[in-house]
Amino acid sequence: MYNQDFFFQALIYLVAAVISVPIAKKMGLGSVLGYLLAGVIIGPFVLHLVGSEAGEVMHFAEFGVVLMLFVIGLELQPSLLWKMRKSIFGLGGLQVLITSIVIAGVALLFNFKINRAIAIGLILALSSTAIVLQTLSEKGLMRNIAGKSAFSVLLFQDMAVIPILAILPILATMGISANIPDSALNDITGIASLPGWIQLLIIISVIASIIFVGRFVARYIFRFIAETGLHEVFTALALLMVIGIALAMDQIGLSPALGTFIAGVVLADNEYRHELETTIDPFKGLLLGLFFISVGASINFFVLIENPFQIMGFVMLLIVLKFSVLLVLGRLFRLKKGYEFLFAFLLAQSSEFAFVLISFSKQNQLFDDRTAGLLLLVVTLSMVISPLLLIFNDKAISPILARWQNKLEYDEIDEQENPVIIAGFGRFGLVIGRILLANNFNVTIIDSNPTNVEILRKYGFKLFFGDVTRPRVLEKAGIKNARMLILSMAEYDEALKVAKIVRKKYPDVEILARAKDIFNVFEFFNLKVKNVQREMFNSATELGAKALTNLGFTRYEAYRAARTFKHHEDEVVQELYKHWQEDEKRFIQETRRFSEQLSETLQAEKNYSIHDGDDAWDVNSLRNEVISKSETDN
Amino acid sequence: MKKILILFAHPTFHKSRINKKLIDAIENIKGVTINNLYENYPDFFINIKKEQKLLIEHDVVVWHHPFYWYSAPAIIHEWMDLVLEHGFAYGINGKTLTGKIAISVISTGGKKEVYCKEGRNHFTINQFLTPFEQSANLCGMTYLPPFVVHGSHTISDEEIELHTQMYRDLIILLRDEKVDIFKLLPKEYSNDLFVKYV
Repeated sequence: MYNQDFFFQALIYLVAAVISVPIAKKMGLGSVLGYLLAGVIIGPFVLHLVGSEAGEVMHFAEFGVVLMLFVIGLELQPSLLWKMRKSIFGLGGLQVLITSIVIAGVALLFNFKINRAIAIGLILALSSTAIVLQTLSEKGLMRNIAGKSAFSVLLFQDMAVIPILAILPILATMGISANIPDSALNDITGIASLPGWIQLLIIISVIASIIFVGRFVARYIFRFIAETGLHEVFTALALLMVIGIALAMDQIGLSPALGTFIAGVVLADNEYRHELETTIDPFKGLLLGLFFISVGASINFFVLIENPFQIMGFVMLLIVLKFSVLLVLGRLFRLKKGYEFLFAFLLAQSSEFAFVLISFSKQNQLFDDRTAGLLLLVVTLSMVISPLLLIFNDKAISPILARWQNKLEYDEIDEQENPVIIAGFGRFGLVIGRILLANNFNVTIIDSNPTNVEILRKYGFKLFFGDVTRPRVLEKAGIKNARMLILSMAEYDEALKVAKIVRKKYPDVEILARAKDIFNVFEFFNLKVKNVQREMFNSATELGAKALTNLGFTRYEAYRAARTFKHHEDEVVQELYKHWQEDEKRFIQETRRFSEQLSETLQAEKNYSIHDGDDAWDVNSLRNEVISKSETDN
Repeated sequence: MKKILILFAHPTFHKSRINKKLIDAIENIKGVTINNLYENYPDFFINIKKEQKLLIEHDVVVWHHPFYWYSAPAIIHEWMDLVLEHGFAYGINGKTLTGKIAISVISTGGKKEVYCKEGRNHFTINQFLTPFEQSANLCGMTYLPPFVVHGSHTISDEEIELHTQMYRDLIILLRDEKVDIFKLLPKEYSNDLFVKYV
């Protein structure tokens, strides 16, 4: 009947995830480390709830990486991708090349033969797409320059896997030319036995058909399915598409992740993009979690215990080598002010691709069992350590850098405390800062993006670089004696956090905040922050007024219509806030947020119709009275 | 006890000398509501329903503002345009304000002697204020002589203090219905209730 074993396994994995991930997040360790630790705990070394099958689970869960790249592709328009070409091929290419050479060189020093040393270099040069991208999206670093650069490198590495798979068997033959079984080569891909030009032709035609279908056909299929209203069929279709592409790519010897990424990019302009994203997202999340758990469970602590110092030495050596190469390259590609450190720490671990490549090399008799086992352990441990590296960067490196870069500013801030602090100085904060400065208010600005800091400092803004969520940064910026704190950053959750801290510790400081949407506004209201501005609303009403003008309204009529709407909206927001308070604990999923807001505001608009026509300066009733009077007079 | 609504308009209140003191003097009087129009409607987008409700709730309406171009700052006119609607304030069905009292309280740069036929401004203050007077009449309100503070550029602190005291007294008298309207109406200024303005 039921596959009891399967459900028992699922139970263990799910329990492990549900318990350890929230704890890890609460402790500020991030979800990746939570999953990895969960894996260690249920693994053979601690509780022994899962055993050797963790490897298979890992292989299955790698599909999470494929889904993740699909989702990332969906958010990346082709034009954006084109803009990244320099960092993908320049930065990514150099990273793989130089890191491989350096690691191979070190391997030579450890008496590996040249062919094995090169193989080790190539395999260990790659970084973990799964860990890095999960961390980036969790920390909201996807749009940050260091995050973007890291992503470019990962993308190149994904492409590099293909030639590496082709090179490894050749490297194997270099060493022991007689001993290579022909079958090993054929194992790489199904079409590998065909002549090169046909292989190339097949690859090109498969990719071309993915692009063609994605561009021209997909939307009709999506519409057809969506119109049936059966959401699960849409889900099935989305999964079918991703799995189909992954299999096809596998067949022609390309990385499935790369294939689905291309498909995602092609579909990024599609009107069903959002729907696809929401559909795939939970699968992606669960599979990635499963993947991290299985990585944790597969750590062979028995080998580690035999030789703890040697192995940890190797892990540290690997991380230091990768880190140094990345740091230098980051600098070379104009990452500055701590971003090069973030970039280097992000990518300093080894990749999940390494698992595949190592076992493949073992098959090709490039490595013996001992070497392969050792490499696997080093790779896994480097992945486990990598979240810790980021924490180290956050807590140790960036504060030191910040202090170092702001030595002067700190001193100035200490003597002259400005009445206003602006946190977040992007497009939004800039306008506020300019208004205040133009009216002779001294402003202290905290921003986490050092490129802006550089420019603005030149024009006399008192700026400094730091993370506002850290109480120490706020203190240094003079929150104690400030009259006002303006939260104009786009990191809305962090802004809420800061508001909460400041409300509690410095109740006299007035807080003004930029909000994402009405729910965000309500969250601020709950903290007694009354001066909240939705970032989009006002400019949208202004453009709305322009639309009315172009539809034939006089400009003043259009202006009044937009203003009436704005005042009306203020009332609606107050009304909705009352409702929201009754039910504030309800969980609104990020992807559903907009549609919730849409339905609630529209409903409220219907219920509290404040949309009487504008009767100002209207003379109709007066005219009627005059006419009726003159009629009776006659 | 009558309730008094001060419709105050001063676009540069932060620079004001006289009106700041006048407002301070009446701010805390019980029964007085100060409606600072430039403060409440910086975008001139007057909430008609809210303003009409205020009018209904009060018995005395005071237009308090500096004298600009022989009239009121723009927002007072905007307020009259929008709030004194036909069918609310005037017309066959517009009887809401009937029986209420209206008065202008103004400050001028020129001294009293320039506001006469022979003076630089050729007309008296009362002549300039006839649009307000007739607007009040149309709404069935009794329009009292204006309360005026002249010579705002040269006036001494003592004189301001004097007017401030008179303004406060006038408002309290109106609130407590201690003013003999029929005795006040023929006077040139409401200030004359206390001392003849020269």
